[in-house]
Amino acid sequence: MINRRHLLLASGAILIAAPAAAREAGKPATAAQRWGLLIDTGKCGAECTICVEACKAEMGLAGHDRPRTDAQYIRKVNVKDPATGAGHSVPVMCQHCAKPACVDVCPTGASMKRADGIVLVDRHICIGCRYCMMACPYKARSFAHEEQTGQQPHLPRGKGTVEGCTLCVHRIDEGRLPACAEACAAKAKGAMLFGDLNDPKSEIAQRVAREATTRIRADLGLEPAMRYQGI
Amino acid sequence: MLARLLLGVLMMLGAAAATAADLPALPKAKGEACIASAEVMRRDHPDMLKHQRDETLRLGIRGAKASLKECVACHATQAADGHAVPVNDPGQFCQSCHAYAAVKPDCFECHATTPKTTIKEASR
Ligand code: SF4
Repeated sequence: MINRRHLLLASGAILIAAPAAAREAGKPATAAQRWGLLIDTGKCGAECTICVEACKAEMGLAGHDRPRTDAQYIRKVNVKDPATGAGHSVPVMCQHCAKPACVDVCPTGASMKRADGIVLVDRHICIGCRYCMMACPYKARSFAHEEQTGQQPHLPRGKGTVEGCTLCVHRIDEGRLPACAEACAAKAKGAMLFGDLNDPKSEIAQRVAREATTRIRADLGLEPAMRYQGI
Repeated sequence: MLARLLLGVLMMLGAAAATAADLPALPKAKGEACIASAEVMRRDHPDMLKHQRDETLRLGIRGAKASLKECVACHATQAADGHAVPVNDPGQFCQSCHAYAAVKPDCFECHATTPKTTIKEASR
């Protein structure tokens, strides 16, 4: 007889440590934390889009059947080594860079980095110039071309402004996991480990210290908070 | 001639007075009491929200007293079929007053106008 605990173990959900407790009401985010994801591409199937679907549902991203311009906070990039033919599937979202190019080029200060390293767009002052979209080497930002309706209360989004992955800041502030990591653990192989890179006791910090991990386009020196294994 | 003109002016004044007296009719909120008195809310709600929005977004301070999300949750009504009615629909809480005051709120170009619902998944 398989019980709930075994099911949890089998799904890998139990391997995903919950992040630190919710921050107290009235307290600002601080640089004590540095939130990040460790993505094991060995566990990420090329056809699997569970993280992408979870993100769309969480953020209320309805498409217009125009893949080139529809808003997308996370996408699956399938890469192949031309020498060996080895293929990998890599989920790519805003890398929440420590030195974000998007923030450097923003003329209004709308692209901003929170103290805990989460990079956001302040759409109250975004003028939709899209410099950040051009500056971001990870193609992590989208533009809202249409008037928006049916937004999620936790994710305001509107016509004429830039948007991108918020690392589910509304969930993190409540002590919950980002929607992609939660869905991957529950419905796929648990390829995404979320946690505080600054906390030496966290699983993500320990694994980053112990195991070989890479950052995509590390040569650019933006110091992303997203780390990958197996590519 | 002059008398007729005067009568016309008086009638126009009368019409204006009648329109001004038609105060907006607002749907009742779900909660028992707002975060401040009606007088304060009427005058200060934009400042309350504007002050707090930067703290929430830029500093990550949550749980502030004034929250647009909570305003919507409390003031959105439900249609007979159970669907939430957007607060900026004609006659609804936000819109009836803003129409009366001839002020267009731009909050709802981005912010949700109904409490949380499940969104139909994107077609992609
Ligand atoms: S990935 Fe792009 S959008 Fe995200 S922080 Fe880095 S430069 Fe900015």
